[in-house]
Amino acid sequence: MSGLPILSLVTFLPLVGAALIFVVRGDAETVARNARNVALWTTAITFLLSLLLWIDFEPGQPGFQFVEKAAWIPDFNITYHLGVDGISLFFVLLSTFLTPICILSSWVAVQKRVKEYMISFLVLETMMVGMFSSLDFVMFYIFFEAVLIPMFLIIGVWGGARRVYAAFKFFLYTLLGSVLMLLGILVIYFQIGSTDIPTAMAFAFTRDMQIWLWLAFFASFAVKVPMWPVHTWLPDAHVEAPTAGSVILAGVLLKMGAYGFLRFSLPMFPEASVYFAPFVYTLSVVAIVYTSLVALAQEDMKKLIAYSSVAHMGYVTLGIFTFTQQGLEGAIFQMLSHGIVSGALFLCVGVVYDRLHTREIARYGGLVHRMPKYAVIFMLFMMASVGLPGTSGFVGEFLILVGAFRANTWVAFLATSGLVLGCTYMLFLYRRVIFGRLTRDDLKTMLDLDRREVAIFVPLVVLVLWMGIYPSSFLDPMALPVGQLVDRLKLAEAAGQAIFLAQH
Amino acid sequence: MFAAAIFLPLLGAIVAGFFGRWIGDRGAQIVTCAGLLASMVLGWFILYSVGFRGEARTVELFTWISSGAFEVSWALRFDTLTAVMVFVVTTVSAMVHVYSVGYMSHDHSIPRFMSYLSIFTFFMLMLVTADNFVQMFFGWEGVGVASYLLIGFWFDRPSANAAAMKAFIVNRVGDFGFALGIMAIFFLFGTVSFDAVFAAAPQMAGKNFEFLGMQVDALTTACILLFIGAMGKSAQLGLHTWLPDAMEGPTPVSALIHAATMVTAGVFMLCRLSPVFEYAPTALALVTVVGATTAIFAATVGLTQFDIKRVIAYSTCSQLGYMFFAIGVSAYQAAIFHLMTHAFFKALLFLGAGSVIHAMSDEQDMRRMGGIWRLIPTTYAMMWIGSLALAGLPFFAGFYSKDIILEAAYGAHSGVGQYAFWLGIVAALLTAFYSWRLLFLTFHGRPRANEKVMAHVHESPLVMIVPLAVLALGAVFSGWLAYEAFVGHDYKEFWGASIFIGAHHEPLEAAHHVPGWVKLLPIVVAVAGIALAWVAYIAVPDLPARAAAAFRPVHQFFFNKWYFDELYDRLFVRPSFYLGRGLWKTGDGALIDGVGPDGVAAATRLLSIRASRLQSGYVYHYAFAMLIGVVVLVSWYLYVRI
Repeated sequence: MSGLPILSLVTFLPLVGAALIFVVRGDAETVARNARNVALWTTAITFLLSLLLWIDFEPGQPGFQFVEKAAWIPDFNITYHLGVDGISLFFVLLSTFLTPICILSSWVAVQKRVKEYMISFLVLETMMVGMFSSLDFVMFYIFFEAVLIPMFLIIGVWGGARRVYAAFKFFLYTLLGSVLMLLGILVIYFQIGSTDIPTAMAFAFTRDMQIWLWLAFFASFAVKVPMWPVHTWLPDAHVEAPTAGSVILAGVLLKMGAYGFLRFSLPMFPEASVYFAPFVYTLSVVAIVYTSLVALAQEDMKKLIAYSSVAHMGYVTLGIFTFTQQGLEGAIFQMLSHGIVSGALFLCVGVVYDRLHTREIARYGGLVHRMPKYAVIFMLFMMASVGLPGTSGFVGEFLILVGAFRANTWVAFLATSGLVLGCTYMLFLYRRVIFGRLTRDDLKTMLDLDRREVAIFVPLVVLVLWMGIYPSSFLDPMALPVGQLVDRLKLAEAAGQAIFLAQH
Repeated sequence: MFAAAIFLPLLGAIVAGFFGRWIGDRGAQIVTCAGLLASMVLGWFILYSVGFRGEARTVELFTWISSGAFEVSWALRFDTLTAVMVFVVTTVSAMVHVYSVGYMSHDHSIPRFMSYLSIFTFFMLMLVTADNFVQMFFGWEGVGVASYLLIGFWFDRPSANAAAMKAFIVNRVGDFGFALGIMAIFFLFGTVSFDAVFAAAPQMAGKNFEFLGMQVDALTTACILLFIGAMGKSAQLGLHTWLPDAMEGPTPVSALIHAATMVTAGVFMLCRLSPVFEYAPTALALVTVVGATTAIFAATVGLTQFDIKRVIAYSTCSQLGYMFFAIGVSAYQAAIFHLMTHAFFKALLFLGAGSVIHAMSDEQDMRRMGGIWRLIPTTYAMMWIGSLALAGLPFFAGFYSKDIILEAAYGAHSGVGQYAFWLGIVAALLTAFYSWRLLFLTFHGRPRANEKVMAHVHESPLVMIVPLAVLALGAVFSGWLAYEAFVGHDYKEFWGASIFIGAHHEPLEAAHHVPGWVKLLPIVVAVAGIALAWVAYIAVPDLPARAAAAFRPVHQFFFNKWYFDELYDRLFVRPSFYLGRGLWKTGDGALIDGVGPDGVAAATRLLSIRASRLQSGYVYHYAFAMLIGVVVLVSWYLYVRI
């Protein structure tokens, strides 16, 4: 391993880019051009740097890697502590991968306040990467909350007609949960006398303490996932957000909650996690079936995909709480896959939105006649979204279901019904938008994907197929940390059963 | 070389699909046809090498999914069962590719069509060469997508789009069972590799496990779940509704996917899993009943339809029922035998029908055909050969395979076996009747098409006739040639370890030792069916209309396909949309948002409005409030504290 502090570089490089853009001066045209270029170059270099993490990562080595630790506020035992393991590694990569794509997709679509827009995205990237690689509660909490600010601005400033309503709903929902998490963090601090995450992961909390802390963290994470019934902010946020905002929202921000479960709830409060598993199963299954049905009735493309995201995240929470190797690995894989696929689907919507400025499904139809390339790409991501084997969507979903079947057959049975519902709403969407006769005049003049748009989609297509055909590149590094997590939960399950027996 | 047979079609599909614009229509046709013809030659070689020289093997490619104990590889397994399937798939597919060059010559998107056909063939080959459940699922879903794309090939037509969606979704319902079946297998055996599961199946027999809160027999449950998958793909009763609608696709597609290959995937799957199903007799009984019921159901519907392709589609559905009940009585070899002969004669019938449609300027309704046999004699002859084979007239392919199935059903000496046998006999009568009904309506009688169409009737070009001739050879000789190897004296050596029969019975031996009348009866009913069709459509042409009027309720019931579509629409489709809308508007909108964020926001606003009213700015208001405060405080001190 080289001596370079790669994680710090990856985290804070975007901030440097943001500062550069901040000092750009000149007429509006020059500023916009420079802002775009600086943002693209910064994020691209950040992505390449982050690839070093993957290359140098040692799958066989337990614990965190690329660790950087320095005193920060010694009086309170708060440190600057960064590091990744096989779980967080891919979320860092997902963030750095999607950001340049977002920048590129906003190249033409965003024309007002370009400078501020690009700064928001760069700050957002720093926050996301920092959040996934922090190993100190204070740092984590700061990043976790600060992520909301640029996102709030992106929706509120560059969003659609009801952007203010959506932004406030988004902010209120997520903030409410976070307050409880802050309380939880304080409790942990007073328990263990430090805000170090690895220390907390090794600490054995009492059972009652675990249950209260679990609930406090759950309040925050459930909103972020979002789990049913606290999901209603998501469709509104997506609908009003600009395309790139939706991509980051679906691609990365939705993963924060589930990442929280993996990093905090399961390892720190294993007995509580086992205790609450049936509760999470119920919410997950309801999410899968309920939101799939709701997606069926949507008339707005983005809303449909937003609801499908809730259903897909239902699979993720289900997989996490099966406490099996397959379920957990499947859940992580599903998150990565969903990050790519739903991001790509939002980009697909963005392509036609840029041309016609409406997301209403009924306004489209027969696009395949004029836009064959677009139709092919949309088809691929649709199939990935419904979990076609050979695409990334299948691997995660199937592993989750395999894990769920071991945990509870009813849960697996109901969750598998999402297979049917999921393909119904996606095929129905595709049919209404892409197939059929081309009758409207404004659709007849629509142009197929240009070079920039193809360049945006190609890496996504490659990744979806790679993850579907050779997922080992992704599954191997996560096997060890997930295995350790499963072992820890097995002990907790045994402890839970002992208590159950003692009571009866 | 074994792998090349599988991947050549993929290569062809990629070249034609992505570079179609550069290589042009002709280029795309050449690339895909060449790929498939090469693959076909390799397929023949594979059958020779594996089936007749016993060189079964597995070609390992690389790891696919590895998560804890859940290990899946990409691997190509070649045993006799696979070799037969590879042979059938590559041969029929190659013929359909060549035929399509002629049939689709007027279409605007030839490269796309050829590419779809080839990609379908690739997925089908992946399905039959799978060496584990998950890879089979890969091929399974892949052919589903290819079928979706091909049914909806003419995406201008709303009916084609609807049919494509329906096919995919109904198949997904089957896949729901298949996926749960795979999960159950992994749960029980801890592996999804065929060899490991087959080796462990005997120990699992009779064991129970908890499924949906009930204690159930492990293997029976897993097998029934897998069978639901097979029912979807093979259009068995209940999940058959997509198949007739799939006829919206171009005719070569109907021949390849919806007659010869994809719809037989369910049959293949059950034969592949014979080592598991043999230990689940209850599941096998269910397979028999469903198969036999489908055979008779589809035949009754086929009697009444007027669309030439739909008649053949229902016939396919019915013949698949035969294959399933053969499996149900453990005559797997007979099922695969019928699968092969059926692939030839049904593809022949479909392509022949395509030739008719081509000649009749895209007319598919038999009520507007008739009197054209002199104009297209070659097609007419081909249709006769196909029908003779389908009806099972002696020495045509279907004769050997259908008879052995019926004999095996009788020879099983079980209740469900008898059920299957008698329904199979009645279905055979109906089969012969509707086949000749089709021939007579299409080719004989007075012409019912308008003059413009009639003037244009022409025989198809050579590129369409040659594939028909090749398939006709199969329809005539394949039964006779393959009989000994597939189900006759040599069957044990031929199939080797690829099909497993429980030690307690020998279904094929039993089939050979049934009474003479059992062997004769299928031929008698076939001839009777033909005679009946002749009476009804040539001798007394107004008989069908009178019969339909006399038995109106029955006729309506058959004509409306036993009302399955209407039932499903009421039961599933409409309620889903209704429920979705309701959950959205009421659940999300009124309840969650109403009580949650919007409710809280509204309550806050209300409170703040009230609070702001208090700040009136008048001094006496404030003074009054202070006074009340003082009074309350003093009273509290006086009364409560004491």
